[in-house]
Amino acid sequence: MDVVSLSRIQFGLTTAFHIIFPTLTIGLAVYLMVIEFLWLRSKNEIYYRMYRFWVKIFAIHFAVGVVSGITLEFEFGTNFARFSQAVANVMAPLMAYEGMTAFFLEAGFLGIMLFGWKRVPAAIHFLATCLVTIGASLSAFWIMAANAWMQTPAGYQLVDGKFLVTDFGEAIFNPAFPTHLIHMLVASYETAGFAVAGICAYFLLKKKNVNFYRRSLSLALIMAALCAPLQVIIGDLKGQNVAKYQPTKLAAMEAHWETNTQGGAAFIPFAIPDMAAEKNRFAVSIPNALSILITHSLEGQIQGLKEFPKEDRPNVLVTFWTFRGMVAIGFLFLLVMIWAAVLWWRKRSFESPLFLKTLVAVQPLGFIATILGWVTAEMGRQPWVVYGIMRTSDGVSPIAVGNVIWSLILFMIFFAIIVASYFYYTLKTLRQGPDLSSPIPPIQRPAGMQSSNEAV
Amino acid sequence: MGLVHLWVGLVGLVVILYVILDGFSLGVAILFPGAKDEAQRDVMMNSIAPVWDANQTWIVFGGGALFATFPVIYTVLFSALYIPLLTFLFGLIFRGVAFEFRANASSAHKRVWNRAFFWGSLVAAFAQGLTLGAYISGITVSGKSFAGKPFDWLNPFSVMVGLALIAGYILLGSTYLIIKTKGPVQERAYRQAFWSILIVAGFLVLVSIWTPLHDPAILGRWFSKPRIYFVWVFPLLGAVSFFTILWSLKTHREILPFISSLFLFISAYLGLQAGIYPYAILPSVTIYDAVAQRETLVFTLWGVCIILPVVLGYTIYSYWVFRGKVVAEEGYH
Ligand code: HDD
Ligand code: HEM
Ligand code: HEM
Repeated sequence: MDVVSLSRIQFGLTTAFHIIFPTLTIGLAVYLMVIEFLWLRSKNEIYYRMYRFWVKIFAIHFAVGVVSGITLEFEFGTNFARFSQAVANVMAPLMAYEGMTAFFLEAGFLGIMLFGWKRVPAAIHFLATCLVTIGASLSAFWIMAANAWMQTPAGYQLVDGKFLVTDFGEAIFNPAFPTHLIHMLVASYETAGFAVAGICAYFLLKKKNVNFYRRSLSLALIMAALCAPLQVIIGDLKGQNVAKYQPTKLAAMEAHWETNTQGGAAFIPFAIPDMAAEKNRFAVSIPNALSILITHSLEGQIQGLKEFPKEDRPNVLVTFWTFRGMVAIGFLFLLVMIWAAVLWWRKRSFESPLFLKTLVAVQPLGFIATILGWVTAEMGRQPWVVYGIMRTSDGVSPIAVGNVIWSLILFMIFFAIIVASYFYYTLKTLRQGPDLSSPIPPIQRPAGMQSSNEAV
Repeated sequence: MGLVHLWVGLVGLVVILYVILDGFSLGVAILFPGAKDEAQRDVMMNSIAPVWDANQTWIVFGGGALFATFPVIYTVLFSALYIPLLTFLFGLIFRGVAFEFRANASSAHKRVWNRAFFWGSLVAAFAQGLTLGAYISGITVSGKSFAGKPFDWLNPFSVMVGLALIAGYILLGSTYLIIKTKGPVQERAYRQAFWSILIVAGFLVLVSIWTPLHDPAILGRWFSKPRIYFVWVFPLLGAVSFFTILWSLKTHREILPFISSLFLFISAYLGLQAGIYPYAILPSVTIYDAVAQRETLVFTLWGVCIILPVVLGYTIYSYWVFRGKVVAEEGYH
């Protein structure tokens, strides 16, 4: 294999590893912020206990998120030096701003959030939690701006193969950016909601710390229920955006080969796209549905893959199926939340074991949908690293292939060790369960505190 | 070209801030095997647990700022130094996760994460030194791209700088521990600081002689006008710092050893910069060849002027919140 493929595999692997952790920390930070707000307001001890428990999970994910993120930032230079030099004027300031506005904020207040209980007043502690939450979402803002710019470059001028900025406002708020950012943030909130809900459901089924987990579950369900419908709507907007600005990607996502000249384009829920033969095998199709989805008209025209030269097409099989996987999870989440709403309406949210079991089963799907979504977006952008302008193969570093083989193997070994330890310690923390008895530091204990009277 | 120089200074400032701040965190970790029991290790770890992430963030921002303002340095250096840089990151990965994993581990597993913490930090420090040594040794560049071989960075000089940096970080780590601890840990830190300052001084003399031999052009720049009028300040500052450290260790001062170690680092760093300027990458690329477009410099500068003072403010606040001696029982979250 060559430097190009190996670098792509390495970058894909390391980002896919990284994104698992931010997805949870971005969402869980919001969850913790709400819990601490409730603790300060209601003075009910259970919220303090909830915070102290979930923040442990947060801290483990945060640590792995930080160490995996640093490698990414360096990989732009180590593996994609030509790309980095070409785009530095536009993209690099966004990453510098991410460091200044987001990472410092997160790292600076994380210490207080984790260790500051006995050292700062309750209000300052709450402020620290809020700032970490804001920092996490701000980091998404900048990095999604950088990535969206690679999808739909704007605000630049090409001089001697280098991208020079003409307008930073346009570069940041490029056409793909708004939906890109919101879809990612909602994905994080939704994933965290389902992740926490699944854990709570598991312990409720085992009848452990029932009060504690019920309270945690209700909050997580509210978060997930707000996001599930929203994500489907934003996903639809995103699809239209892709159709407008990245027609090759859309055609690959939908395995749409021929431009529909008369009549609408069909939506294909199932098929095995065959790139060599330029057609779908075993296709199931719903007439006109794709035209309706994308153009909101029965016969709207959608460009097919055959309109683009073969060397400009992404891998259709992967793009098609990863996209379907994500959308399926999106709708599944929506159904689960409709069910939750029905149970809540009947005031039986915690009574149905089947519902709790379902929550346990779908617990990891948010992470999977996030990775599938990223693979759709990134593989669908190929063969371009900057869509339509710079090819990925022109972006790699002038380095020996041995370098990348070496680092890729080490990444795989080290990530395997870290994933195994991460699972081990996360599960251990969960098994130990919340600490319901240690005294609350005086500096944190509000006047008129209510004891939660936790039974079991 | 005032803007270019402003950015040279700012990037330089961020780099030295990183070296000092993460330097003492790495140093504390490199001293880990010296601790006698888990309680002492807890104290050492808790002395940096609330701040290590913020310290490390300076390299993240430094990378971003370098990428934005001197993209040629960023891309050439990072391709040329692929292996030492990724080794550095692999070290940081294990150092970073060790905080959380060790805190949650049973006593048998604690030993594993103690090792990960130590080796991760040691490897990171050594690889950083290799990087620096290779940077001083010069990099083959053609047409603003790296044009050398995968192992160009490996030579006796870069290995020596790697070892020197480990000694330097031990000095920072031990003097930091003097401030943050008491009892046996502090006593040991006094001894460790004493030995490490002697080794560091030896390395500094060695580096100062070897660097100009390694690259005679550096000597030329040191003794060129107008630099000749002020370069002597840096060795002088280094010598003063050296004796202050020795004296303050002997008289059992608590804060002065750390402060004077900082000055030692700063003097060495400025002395080196004075030999390299106006080059961005030795031997041929100047800062003017490497700099980004003006609009990018200005746009990023706005952020630095407005946001960085705030960052420094809350960083100081956070150190203030966690001031005082660390005790083992304060434990992990
Ligand atoms: C939507 C969110 C998101 C996405 C797409 C990415 N990250 Fe990330 N990253 C975060 C959200 C985040 C975060 C939530 O801010 C993290 C996770 C845990 C943490 O501490 O911060 C983080 C940590 C983190 C760090 C460590 C910061 C520190 O020291 O505190 C770096 C250097 C990066 N990331 C860099 C990247 C790069 C170069 C990416 C793209 C290729 C990337 N991240 C994708
Ligand atoms: C965090 C979630 C992300 C995931 C899971 C992800 C996934 C991937 C994958 C799978 C590839 C390989 C694609 C291929 O070669 O077929 C890739 C490439 C790449 N991505 Fe991402 N990506 C993520 C975020 C980002 C962001 C935020 C940026 C930029 C700011 C980015 C920049 C790149 C670059 C430069 C490449 C290499 C060149 C290329 O192959 O196009 N990625 N990513
Ligand atoms: C029916 C529901 C959904 C639809 C219609 C949808 C639509 C889309 C589309 C069209 C893209 C590709 C964008 C591009 O290539 O630029 C995308 C990407 C993505 N999706 Fe979804 N999505 C849905 C559900 C979900 C869910 C449930 C999650 C995670 C919890 C998720 C996470 C992502 C992520 C992380 C990306 C890549 C980053 C980005 O492009 O913003 N999506 N989605």
